[in-house]
Amino acid sequence: MEAAQVIKKEAQVVVALAGNPNSGKTTVFNSLTGARQHVGNWPGVTVEKKEGQLFSEGKAVRVVDLPGTYSLSAYSEDEAVARNYILLEKPDVVINIVDATNLERNLYLTTQLLEMGANVVIALNMSDELKARQMEIDMKKLSELLDVPVVRTVATRNQGMKELVNSVLQAAKTKKKEFLRVNYGKEMEKELTSLEKDILSNTKLAEKFSSRWLAVKILEGDESVLNELIKYAGPKQIFAGREDAVKRLESMWGEDIDSLVADRRYGFISGLAKEVIKRRKSAADRASTSDRIDSIVTNRYLGIPVFLLAMWAIFQFTFKIGDPLIGLVESLFEWFGGAVMAWLESLGAAELLISLVGDGIIGGVGSVLVFIPPIFLLFFAISLLEDSGYMARAAYIVDRFMHSLGLHGKSFIPLLVGFGCNTPAIMATRTLENKNDRLITILINPLMSCAARLPVYVLFAGAFFGARQGMVIFSLYLLGIVLAIIMGVVFKRLLFKGETSHFVMELPPYRIPTLKSTFIHMWERGSAFIRKAGTIIFAVVILVWVLSSLPAGVEYASQGSLLGRIGGFVAPIFSPAGFGTWEAAAALIFGVLAKEVVVGTLGVVYGIGEAGLSEAIALHWTPLSAYAFMVMTLIYVPCMAVIGAIKRETNSWGWTAFSVGYTFVLGWLMAVLVFQVGKLLGLG
Amino acid sequence: MNNNALPLGFLQAGCSAVVRECQGGKSLRQRLIELGLVHGTRVRVVKNDRGGPLIISVGEGRLAIGRGMALKIMVEEAS
Repeated sequence: MEAAQVIKKEAQVVVALAGNPNSGKTTVFNSLTGARQHVGNWPGVTVEKKEGQLFSEGKAVRVVDLPGTYSLSAYSEDEAVARNYILLEKPDVVINIVDATNLERNLYLTTQLLEMGANVVIALNMSDELKARQMEIDMKKLSELLDVPVVRTVATRNQGMKELVNSVLQAAKTKKKEFLRVNYGKEMEKELTSLEKDILSNTKLAEKFSSRWLAVKILEGDESVLNELIKYAGPKQIFAGREDAVKRLESMWGEDIDSLVADRRYGFISGLAKEVIKRRKSAADRASTSDRIDSIVTNRYLGIPVFLLAMWAIFQFTFKIGDPLIGLVESLFEWFGGAVMAWLESLGAAELLISLVGDGIIGGVGSVLVFIPPIFLLFFAISLLEDSGYMARAAYIVDRFMHSLGLHGKSFIPLLVGFGCNTPAIMATRTLENKNDRLITILINPLMSCAARLPVYVLFAGAFFGARQGMVIFSLYLLGIVLAIIMGVVFKRLLFKGETSHFVMELPPYRIPTLKSTFIHMWERGSAFIRKAGTIIFAVVILVWVLSSLPAGVEYASQGSLLGRIGGFVAPIFSPAGFGTWEAAAALIFGVLAKEVVVGTLGVVYGIGEAGLSEAIALHWTPLSAYAFMVMTLIYVPCMAVIGAIKRETNSWGWTAFSVGYTFVLGWLMAVLVFQVGKLLGLG
Repeated sequence: MNNNALPLGFLQAGCSAVVRECQGGKSLRQRLIELGLVHGTRVRVVKNDRGGPLIISVGEGRLAIGRGMALKIMVEEAS
């Protein structure tokens, strides 16, 4: 029994990772757990709750990665998540990753963690960069002053991880004895003591929270704490006590209470920093290498050309290298499909089975998988931008422009990520503090043409526009951007009147991305595409094949099949746009499950894989109807995964329905406009 | 409070200053506190073009900060 208890107890060690954005928290998490996750350079990349396992000396440790935050004031959602986790779930140990090169600011979070009574181990990360900055940190003193273990780490090179784990296991055994008490000065301390007395007299409160921490938060006027208090019986006395205290203090110092508390806390930190940091030259007054790069990259005249050049380079890189590779994968699948079908025939397999495998699975999934090269290349390029630190500069450069949309530069990052995939892009909007900004960025995000829509463009543009296909595809991306801008302005004007929120953003120092990490990030994002091909797309393709083959005896994928009837029923809606055929309608319907499926469905219904698809399309469409169809594919209804992300992030069925509805109407209108105007101009 | 105080947004690139007070609402102040821009913090303007955000240096870090925000932060120029 004792042994069982020991095992249970040991299995229960829970460690949380807390730290500022850009402190290297995700890298530490990956080093500790070996989990493969994304590491980026822009703030807030860790938006999801991530967990991992770590084994050391036969002990299992659960590691929880908290969102990167500057403080625990619960001002943004990320902060609220981090704070509630530490406060309510009470992890055994909190590893606080501290960017050694930016000690003062990082210690603000540390101080708050310690005031909360968290059992902290500090990982002094990026300590290798101190030398270049002519700085030294007295770790022993820091550890003494804060009464916590401090471990030196360089997570990017896996240094200090073993020591960190040892330190954490040690700390897990010794429960923390005392909370850090920042001295807020005589007057404030007096008020805090009296508030604490009131809190302690309320047993329910005293049980759940540390009285000191609660007193500080109440005095500070932390809204989420005050709201939480209302749930408890009898906080009236406390609120009254607070009001008096605030009045007294504010009149004494002539400043707002939250500034007063923050000032004192900062006073404590800068005192601390002065004692432990030794530097030869004040860094604030020294231009760093990053500044020199910035002077070019963010230059008023050069910034925009450099930015456009970077974007142009991404597209060139993706398509110039990607195109020949598409051909390669294509012929691979053709050969494979032919070989498998011949093999099945030689076995004497039923015709139905041969059709399922050849037309359905290999034809459908294959037509999607050929787009692996450009998708991986695009993700490689985006990862490179993030890891190098340029992404944050890009946000800075476009801020002025985004202001005219009523948004600010930070919205740009989710929009750019949207070119890869809208699902992570919509999750990335969590870094926006302002709710309205966030909602607008979510609503217009699906207009950023994601990688999954690329197969449709490549197929149709390749079939009709020959040498000009690059331009045609580019025009679709551009159309998406222009519509996003227009819709952004419309939403801002009509739905969310009010001022633009403030723009602040950390500009992380430039780093040379390692090939390894860039490849890992590319793989993480790109592999989701392959998984999707193996699961959703695989399933949909079989469904489409089944619907094409039923009712029994019908000619495969003919108008009489179930698929043909469904498509035929919806098709008239699309007649004004020039593609009122049941094939097109069926492709669009199933495309909602995943946009690549548009191609997959066409591959199935025309009864051929990607190889002959292009000829089949050329036969059934005109250049004008093909362009209208591409426009429709670009804009109409986001795919299921994105709809799911919108629901999760807006937490509202109303907004989810709205985004589905407006994109459909907009897509239809644009497709009809393209087709009708084209016809008038005699292009039909 | 102080006659020498001027908005951070008015400073030219290369100027150093000390933060005096912030005239924004609560959420703006909160944001500034988190980023270490409190009373007495020394900052240096790295970049300030007409229009568009500024880049400032706080401690070892660099922040991009919107113009509207920069006009609400009152500072005192330092040598």
